[in-house]
Amino acid sequence: MMRLRYLLPLGIFLALAVLFVIGLQRDPRQIPSPLIGKPMPEFQLPTLSAPGENLSDSDLNGQVSVLNVFASWCVGCREEHHVVKALAATGVAPVYGLNYKDKRVDAMQWLGRLGNPYKTVAVDAQGQVGIDWGVYGVPETFIMDRHGVIRYKQIGPMSEKALHDKILPLLRKLKQEGES
Amino acid sequence: MIPELGQFAVILALMLAIVQAVVPLVGTMRGYANWSAVARPAAAGQFVFLVIAFAALAHAFLTDNFSVAYVAENSNSALPVAYKFAAIWGAHEGSLLLWVLILGGWTVAVAAFSRNLPDHMVTRVLSVMGVVSVGFLCFILFTSNPFTRLAQPPMEGRDLNPLLQDPGLVMHPPVLYMGYVGMSVAFAFALAALIGGRLDSTWARWSRPWTTVAWLFLTVGITAGSHWAYNELGWGGWWFWDPVENASLMPWLAATGLIHSLAVTEKRGSFRIWTVLLAILAFSLSLLGTFLVRSGVLTSVHAFATDPTRGLYVLGFLTIVVGGSLAIYAWRAPTIAGGNRFEFLSRETMLLGNNLFLLTICAFVLLGTLYPLVYDALGLGKISVGFPWFNVMFLLFAPPLAVVMGLGPLTRWQSDDPQALWRRVRSACLVSVLVFAAFALYHFSWAGLKVALGIGLAVWIAATTVVNLRGRVKPGTGLAGKWRILRRQSRSYYGMLVAHLGVAVFAVGIAAVSVWGIDRNVRLGPGDSADVGGYTFHFQSTKNIAGPNYEADQATVLVTRGGERVAVLYPQKRRYDASGQVMTESGVDGGLTRDLYVALGEPLGDGTWSVRLYTKPFVRWIWGGGLLMAVGGVLAISDRRYRIAAYRSRAHSAVQGRPA
Repeated sequence: MMRLRYLLPLGIFLALAVLFVIGLQRDPRQIPSPLIGKPMPEFQLPTLSAPGENLSDSDLNGQVSVLNVFASWCVGCREEHHVVKALAATGVAPVYGLNYKDKRVDAMQWLGRLGNPYKTVAVDAQGQVGIDWGVYGVPETFIMDRHGVIRYKQIGPMSEKALHDKILPLLRKLKQEGES
Repeated sequence: MIPELGQFAVILALMLAIVQAVVPLVGTMRGYANWSAVARPAAAGQFVFLVIAFAALAHAFLTDNFSVAYVAENSNSALPVAYKFAAIWGAHEGSLLLWVLILGGWTVAVAAFSRNLPDHMVTRVLSVMGVVSVGFLCFILFTSNPFTRLAQPPMEGRDLNPLLQDPGLVMHPPVLYMGYVGMSVAFAFALAALIGGRLDSTWARWSRPWTTVAWLFLTVGITAGSHWAYNELGWGGWWFWDPVENASLMPWLAATGLIHSLAVTEKRGSFRIWTVLLAILAFSLSLLGTFLVRSGVLTSVHAFATDPTRGLYVLGFLTIVVGGSLAIYAWRAPTIAGGNRFEFLSRETMLLGNNLFLLTICAFVLLGTLYPLVYDALGLGKISVGFPWFNVMFLLFAPPLAVVMGLGPLTRWQSDDPQALWRRVRSACLVSVLVFAAFALYHFSWAGLKVALGIGLAVWIAATTVVNLRGRVKPGTGLAGKWRILRRQSRSYYGMLVAHLGVAVFAVGIAAVSVWGIDRNVRLGPGDSADVGGYTFHFQSTKNIAGPNYEADQATVLVTRGGERVAVLYPQKRRYDASGQVMTESGVDGGLTRDLYVALGEPLGDGTWSVRLYTKPFVRWIWGGGLLMAVGGVLAISDRRYRIAAYRSRAHSAVQGRPA
C-alpha cells in the first residue's frame, strides 16, 4: 500500500504520455478552413506574363481548377515545384498560379529557371487577394469544382504522396461529378 | 566543407556523450575507479565538439551560405550581422544545437566546480547529464540536422522571422535555455542521490546553488520575453497565456517551489522525498516545454516547426527520461527516511504551503495548456483556453501564496507560538488591511477589489519585510549597533528579502495596469489628436523610411499633458523585404509610474491610420519585479558560504593536484 503512493507520479505521467500520443496522431495542419465548401473569393489581378491582361475568378469558373500560391522567396515552393509540374503534366485540371508578395522580375526568373507549369499566373504583389483567400503560409494549394466552390486546401508543400493519394483522386472525382 | 565539419563534430559529441553516460555509471556500480574517472574528460571533450559545431553553423550564417537549408530558410544577406548570428537559434534545428551546447556548458561547469564533492556523486551527476545529452544529440542528428545542404542553393535566403528581429529576442532564447537546461543539473543531482541511496542534507546543499542559478536564468528569460511581447506584438499586453509562454512558466513555478523546499531539506532535513520529486518535476516540465513548442501538438502564435516525427521522437525521449526517473523514484523513495518532525505552526508548514500553492498554480496552467489537446483527443473539436480561465485561477491561488510568503520568514522553524507570531505580524497585518480597505472603498467595484487585493498584498509583503529586518536589528544598541548587525546578515538572507519584495513590486504592476490602464482605438490623420487618460496624443505626420531589410511607415506622435510636451513617439509599420511580412513596432515612452504606448494599425487611405493608444500605469513594475527577484537570486548565490566552498576546493586541488 505504501508503495502505491510513490508510484502515483509515474502513473500520472504515463496517462499524460498516452494523451500526447493521441494528440500527435492528429494533424495540426488540418485547421479547418472556413472557405471549404464556399465559393471562391472574387479577385481580379494582372497576369505575370502580360501586365495589361487580367486573371479573375470568372476565368476559373466552369471547370475543375487548381490554384497554387507561390513565391520566389519561398523555400517550400522550390521543394514543391516538381510536384506542381507533375500535377500540370497529368492534364487532369488546369493549374493556375498566384504569385504572392513577390517581385515580378524575381518571379519571372524563378519560373524561367525551374520551369513554368502554370496555365496563367496572377500577380498579387501586395498580398490583398491572399488575405481574402485566407493564405497564411506559402505554398498553399486550393482545388475548386466547376461551380467555383473550394473543395480542398493544402497548406504547405505538396508531396508526391499527397499528389497521388489525395489530390489526383479528388480531381478525377470532381470531374466525374460534373459529367454525371 | 565547414558545414560538414560541423555535422561531424555533432557526431563526435554524440559518441563522447554516450561514453559519458555509460562508462562512469558502470564504474561507480562496479567500483572501477578508472572507469569513473572518464566522466570529466568526456564532458570536456563533448563540450569542445559542441562549440566547434556551433561555430560551424555560425560561420554558415555569417557568410550567407545559403546552400545550407537551415541558413536559407532563416537568414538573408540584407539581415544585420547581429541578427544573422541570432538567427542561429531563430528556428528549430539551431535552437536545439544551442540547447545541447548550453547543456555541455553546464556539464563542464559542474565538472569544474564540484571538486569538493565526493567523486562517486559527481560521476553519477555527469552520467545522468550525459544521458540527457545523448537524447538531444540523437534528436538533432536523426530528425533535425541544421547542416543539411540543398542540392540547388537559392540565390537569397528566406529571412529570419521578422517577429524575432528585435534586440530582446536576440537574448531571450539563450537566457531561457540556460534556465531550462540548468534544471537538468538539479535533476541530475536528485537522480544521482536516488541511485546512490544517499539523500540527506548534504545533497541539498550541493544542488542548491545550481538550482538557484538555473532559476535565476529562467526568471530573467521569462521577464525579457514578456517585455519583448509587450513591445513587439503591438497589443499592449504583457502576458498572453500562450502555450509557449506557459511552457516557460511551468518550470519556473516548479523551480520556485524547489528552491524553497531545498532550503528546508538543507536546514532541517525534512521534505527529502518531496524535494527529489520537485527536482524531477522541474526538469520534466522543461522537457515538456521543449516538446510542446517543438512538436506542433499545440498550435500557438509562436508557430515553430510542426513535424509529427519530431514530436514522436521528443515524446519517446520524454518517456524514457521522465518515466525512467519516476520509476527510479518509486523504487528508491520508500527507503528514504523522513526528516525531523515539525508542528503545524512552523516555518516548515509555511514552506509546504508555498510549495502547494505554487504547484497548484502550475497544475492549473498545465491543465489550461493541455485542455485543448484533451478536447481534440476526445474528438470534440479544436478549442483554445483563454484569459478568463487563467485569470480566475490566478486570482484564487496567488493571494494565499502571498499571505504565506509574508508569514513564512517570520515563523520559527519546527514550532512557533501563535500568540507570539501574531504579535510579530499584527502591525504589518493592520497596515495592509487598511490599504486594502482604502483602495476597495475608493473604487468600490469588482475591478476595484482586484486592484485593492493586489496592492494590499504587496503592502503586506513589504511590511513583513520591514518587520523581519526590525526583528533582526532589535538586539543592537544605537544606530551603529543596528548597522553592525545588518552588515553581519548573510547575503542569502538579503537575497530572500529582495526576491520577496520583487513579488510585491510585480503585484503592484499587475494590479495597476489591469485596472487603471486605458486603451483607445482611433482613426487619426496628420494634424488630428486624441485624448487618453489625461494625455493628448497629436498625430503629426507620417513618412516612409527604409531600414536595412525592411521598409516602414513611421508616424510622429507628440504627447502632451496640460499643454506641456511629454514625449515624442515614433511607432512604425514595417514590411520586411524578403518575406513580405508586416510587423508593428510600437512607440513606447517608458516611465516609473506610467508607459505611453502607440501602435499603428491599418492605413485607412488619404494619410489616415487606425491607431491604438494606451496609457499603462505602473506596467514597468511587472518587469521590475521580475528583475528584483533575479537580483535576489544573485545575492543568494553570492553568499559567503559558496565563495568559501569554492576557495576551499581550489586550495584542496592545489594541494592534491588536479584529479584527472
